[in-house]
Amino acid sequence: MSETGDKPDQDNATGGRKSAGSQPAFPMRGSLFRKNLMTALLLAPAALWLVVFLVLPFVAIAIFSVGERAPEGGYQAALTFAQYANLPARATAFWNTMLLAPVGALACLLVAYPVAYYLALRAPQRWRLILLALIVIPFWTSLLMRTYAWMYILGGRGIPALLAYVGIEDLRLINTPGAVLLGIVYGYLPLMILPIYVSLERLDRRLLEASADLGATPLSTFLGVTLRLSLPGVMTGFSLVMILLLGEYLIPTLLGGGKVFFIGNALVDLFLQSRNWPFGSAIAITLVLVSVVVLIVANRISTRLSGARRVDLI
Amino acid sequence: MTAVPDIEFRAVTKRYGAVTAVSGIDLAIPPSAFVALLGPSGCGKTTCLRMIGGFEQPSEGQVLIRGRDMAGTPPYRRPVNMVFQQYALFPHLDVEDNISYGLRQARPRLSSRDISSRAGEALAMVQLAGYGRRKIHELSGGQQQRVALARALVNKPAVLLLDEPLAALDKKLRTDMQIELQNLQREIGITFVLVTHDQEEALSMSDFVCVMNGGRVVQLGQPSEIYDEPADLFVADFVGKTNLLSGKVAGLSGDLVDVALADGTVISARKRVPLDRGEAVSVSLRPESLSLSASGNGALKGIVRNRIFLGSTAEYAIEVPGIGSLLAKADHVIGQGNLFKPGEPVAIGFAAGAPLAFPHAKNNGTNQREDQNAEILS
Repeated sequence: MSETGDKPDQDNATGGRKSAGSQPAFPMRGSLFRKNLMTALLLAPAALWLVVFLVLPFVAIAIFSVGERAPEGGYQAALTFAQYANLPARATAFWNTMLLAPVGALACLLVAYPVAYYLALRAPQRWRLILLALIVIPFWTSLLMRTYAWMYILGGRGIPALLAYVGIEDLRLINTPGAVLLGIVYGYLPLMILPIYVSLERLDRRLLEASADLGATPLSTFLGVTLRLSLPGVMTGFSLVMILLLGEYLIPTLLGGGKVFFIGNALVDLFLQSRNWPFGSAIAITLVLVSVVVLIVANRISTRLSGARRVDLI
Repeated sequence: MTAVPDIEFRAVTKRYGAVTAVSGIDLAIPPSAFVALLGPSGCGKTTCLRMIGGFEQPSEGQVLIRGRDMAGTPPYRRPVNMVFQQYALFPHLDVEDNISYGLRQARPRLSSRDISSRAGEALAMVQLAGYGRRKIHELSGGQQQRVALARALVNKPAVLLLDEPLAALDKKLRTDMQIELQNLQREIGITFVLVTHDQEEALSMSDFVCVMNGGRVVQLGQPSEIYDEPADLFVADFVGKTNLLSGKVAGLSGDLVDVALADGTVISARKRVPLDRGEAVSVSLRPESLSLSASGNGALKGIVRNRIFLGSTAEYAIEVPGIGSLLAKADHVIGQGNLFKPGEPVAIGFAAGAPLAFPHAKNNGTNQREDQNAEILS
């Protein structure tokens, strides 16, 4: 009993309370116990939430993924990797996702970086907050509504109708991969701009002067200092957008018109339409694994390139 | 020898909006000298340094480096290098890559063997051989300081600019670095321009001190000149410790003036600028020029209030009735119990040439130009 009490981190439920009461020589014990209890209480709601809504469903999905489809749909207990072996049947959805997610994130990055650069390093101080607000404000409206708006803009009575006036006929914009890409860039731009902005804003301006002082042209200063030191922000934005895109459902449905089929769409289809829960689960698990790999790789790269000791991705 | 100055300012003015940071400076910095730009914060010294580096453009006038007008020349094309305040080392590069950063920018490109051998020499020069692969955050402040020095010097600049380079170091390290910087400057033989607000640092390290105030150069001279023959009241007060006694000009005779102090005592002082009879003046008396005696005929008499014993010297705060508190500094010789105690009456004497009289007004002799912007930033 008293031995466990010597390790305040572990068993202070018994040891802590006891020594606080009987041995005033260790007043730390009791307060440490109280502190740990407070921490536990503060963390409890979040922990409970995560267990109920993340861990348990994940375990359920993992179990489903090695099961079989019941004859009338749903899940039937089994231990088989047949669902995973069947993954190539949804190769198109994987392929589309694996292509459009990084390409979308990259397109987002290319649009976002100059904006973030301007905001952090060029924009007049007093305009900065207003400009940042302008970037965030669209978030106050639901993505669904904004994507519907794009459906009309790209649809037959939108831009193509306008272009028809100047003689460009029969241009098809909606329901193309390009439309999906545009929707992606539009929808996820703020998520890319903000982390890059933060890392550029934190950049020590004297480093830029030091670089120029040492003979570096503006271009080499940008490549050798600015870009390198903003890589943590770039990687954060990139992995954030990419992971969200891996599970994207709305934009391909509305702007891709079912022609550009994402994993997200495949999952909806499998769970709600054909009720093949085990196969859907296998796809979901694979998606999670891919996301984890993306995160780890991104973290490695930005840690290595920025020379930082530790990088917080999200 | 009339060599081309390494750095020359011709009527340089720098304004930020309505604020004038530097106003009409003419300055020539001779080659191979260690020059300190000294002044209180906001006096324009850092702005001057940044104009040499190319980070600021003069609003008026010209900045010349080795006789070439630098107008429109960006920092990366100037033959000068800077040691930045807090060093501005690249956190994503190790020590050696920081040092070779400038060499890698050279066009035509240097061979990688050249680069690494020169970086190695630079490391050795600042006594950091073997530290090449360390990360910047693994170094102490003093080591970072040396890396910053090596990173600048490895490019063999015509002039090395130092922006308060020692401000972030503790006192012991600062003293060591002062000596090291002096040695480096002599070894390499290029001009060092040091910006500092620490008068002790300026006096101890440099061949020339350029005292600045309110965006102007108040005095340029060797350290001993600046200390012994300050050009005006500001320099007398800012450089070193001094006692300032106010009084009125009672009589004029050649270079000397008789000044009637507040208590009626008349002392003879040297003047640096023309003074009129009856003009209000301040008389500067350095603490070490005062001699104390227990019973003697000093010009002034007072009572010791505080004694600060410093080993080789002792400082006394002496209350002189009608004049105020004076600071006196006396050498202490071991074995001679010549320390005065608080409460003891003393007579204060001084050598004939010691007191210097300056006009009391703020705008005095050395700044003959119309004083449109005396108060800058402050």
